[in-house]
Amino acid sequence: MASTKKVKELQQRREEVFLGGGEKAIQKQVAMGKLTARERILQIVDEGSFNEYDLFVEHEARDFGMEQKILHGDGVITGTGTMGGKPVCIFAQDFTVAGGSLGSMHARKITKIMDHSLKMRMPLIGINDSGGARIQEGVSSLAGYGEIFFRNTLASGVIPQISVILGPCAGGAVYSPALTDFVFVVENISKMFITGPEVIKTVLGEDISMEELGGARVHAEMTGNAHFFAESEAECFDQIKELLNYIPRSNSDAAEKIEVAEPNKKFNISRVVPADKKMPYDVRDVIRSITDASDFLEVQELWAANIVIGFGRIEGKTVGFVANQPKVLAGVLDVDSSDKCARFIRYCDAFDIPIVTLVDLPGYLPGVDQEHAGVIRHGAKVLYAYSEATVPKITVILRKAYGGGYIAMNSRHLRADFVFAWPDAEVAVMGPEGAANIIFRKEIAAAEDPDKMRKQKVAEYIEKFANPYVAAAKGFIDSVIEPKETRKVLIHALGVSVNKSIGSPQKKHGIPPF
Amino acid sequence: MSKSTENSKTGSKKQVKEKEELHDFVVEFRKYKTELTEKYRNRTKWKPDDPSKVLSFIPGTITKIYVKIGDKVEPGTELMVLEAMKMKNTVFAEVSGLVTKVNLNVGEQVPKGKVIFEFELS
Repeated sequence: MASTKKVKELQQRREEVFLGGGEKAIQKQVAMGKLTARERILQIVDEGSFNEYDLFVEHEARDFGMEQKILHGDGVITGTGTMGGKPVCIFAQDFTVAGGSLGSMHARKITKIMDHSLKMRMPLIGINDSGGARIQEGVSSLAGYGEIFFRNTLASGVIPQISVILGPCAGGAVYSPALTDFVFVVENISKMFITGPEVIKTVLGEDISMEELGGARVHAEMTGNAHFFAESEAECFDQIKELLNYIPRSNSDAAEKIEVAEPNKKFNISRVVPADKKMPYDVRDVIRSITDASDFLEVQELWAANIVIGFGRIEGKTVGFVANQPKVLAGVLDVDSSDKCARFIRYCDAFDIPIVTLVDLPGYLPGVDQEHAGVIRHGAKVLYAYSEATVPKITVILRKAYGGGYIAMNSRHLRADFVFAWPDAEVAVMGPEGAANIIFRKEIAAAEDPDKMRKQKVAEYIEKFANPYVAAAKGFIDSVIEPKETRKVLIHALGVSVNKSIGSPQKKHGIPPF
Repeated sequence: MSKSTENSKTGSKKQVKEKEELHDFVVEFRKYKTELTEKYRNRTKWKPDDPSKVLSFIPGTITKIYVKIGDKVEPGTELMVLEAMKMKNTVFAEVSGLVTKVNLNVGEQVPKGKVIFEFELS
């Protein structure tokens, strides 16, 4: 039995370390509108479940007077806990200790907890709040980052990796979050960039604030680096918990099945989509009319909003949704929306989450900027991701599926398991106007009234080809269904697909158009 | 209660602004009604290169100018040194002609895409 004196000493040591960088530094953290690292962890994991490791780790810097300095926990808190009763590994950089700077022992604490999460197959949550590399430790801190990036890559597709940016995350440090599955940012708190405003101003003469350069909104709306945007840390933690309810703990687990609930009657699937194919609607209303309890957790809501991705449940089981969004840019595919959905498809495939694709797109975004930005190689990612995915893949064509867009959006030809279409759907090589202009060019040009002739030919084309039956006749569409049958049909299709098993040719790995 | 507060309560971060209006948007000869994104609105519209102008290809500082108004240039004539990211980049003429304008002086900082020399092509 430990002597009381020794127990007391332990308690004292603990209390000292718990203070991180001390009262003053904590006050500064609070003044910045931020929680402390420890508060953050305790608010994310189940109450009383957090077990900390490496509390008494000390840094190894011996230059520049660093040997005199005590850095509690070396600026990072690591441990295991549970969320909703299920185990997670978690680390939080402590900005109050030397600005959360990453030295070699700090990095070793992180890599140790990463190794745990990988070998014990549980999600990893990393809270980033750090000024960057600890310059006094020189190349050792760079080595630390490298060790972290390597493990991020190793663990990718095995366990869910979640990055929460709750402070600065600059320079090389940003690449760990970028390698993880989901990045969470909070307004006014998160800052991510490779080169900061000061350097940009000195070298390039461009004057920009930190917020405008790499604030939460920038990454949620413009760059696509962030997947979830919150207005407060509390909202952010709720988002993390919600996400973890949808996804499996590892690639050898299934996502938790929950009690089945019918969609909310408010979302009437037969009324969402306007008959006029040129008019927009919010495809998320279609998703919510299909999912259990009309719940839908949207990923990257604010970026490339012309495509919608996210998680919902059908009959209690998690499904990944990919849907063109006619409300924004008419739902076209472009560079960003291709990147957005391709990565999501690969996420679902890695973690055995079936994919339901809702199709309504006019084609690809036309423009020199798109062509020069490489829409060819970006668009190819969608083809690659769908073709490569071996999870159950089900498609519902709601309205339009033209040309390359039709093929890309999980068509039969990319080995969709089931392709359904609503009676209003048009599957065609291109939109009626474009097709008629090409096929009947001579007739139109020779006509007395070319405009009238064009209209007539477009109408003829629509009558003949703008329907789902031409594709259905070739077996490219398995079944034409009424909108109100969609949920029932999806439940059945997902049900019969549970034991889906297909092989791919032996290879080390493919070469996707990254 | 204003629209924006209503929306922020439903959790959607998008409609902080006024409701987006619908625009005409043409894809393959068909005109759709849709909202536009900020990124789409701010995209750079393509312009063909103008061979009579030399633009800064990178933001930096001009540390040397080798030509003045009225000088003849040939492809390969040294025009200036544009220092950027600690590299001294010598910029050469790609066309033949007469220098009609020199818009900046030695020591000045330039952003990317600024017109520095203009020529009368021959």
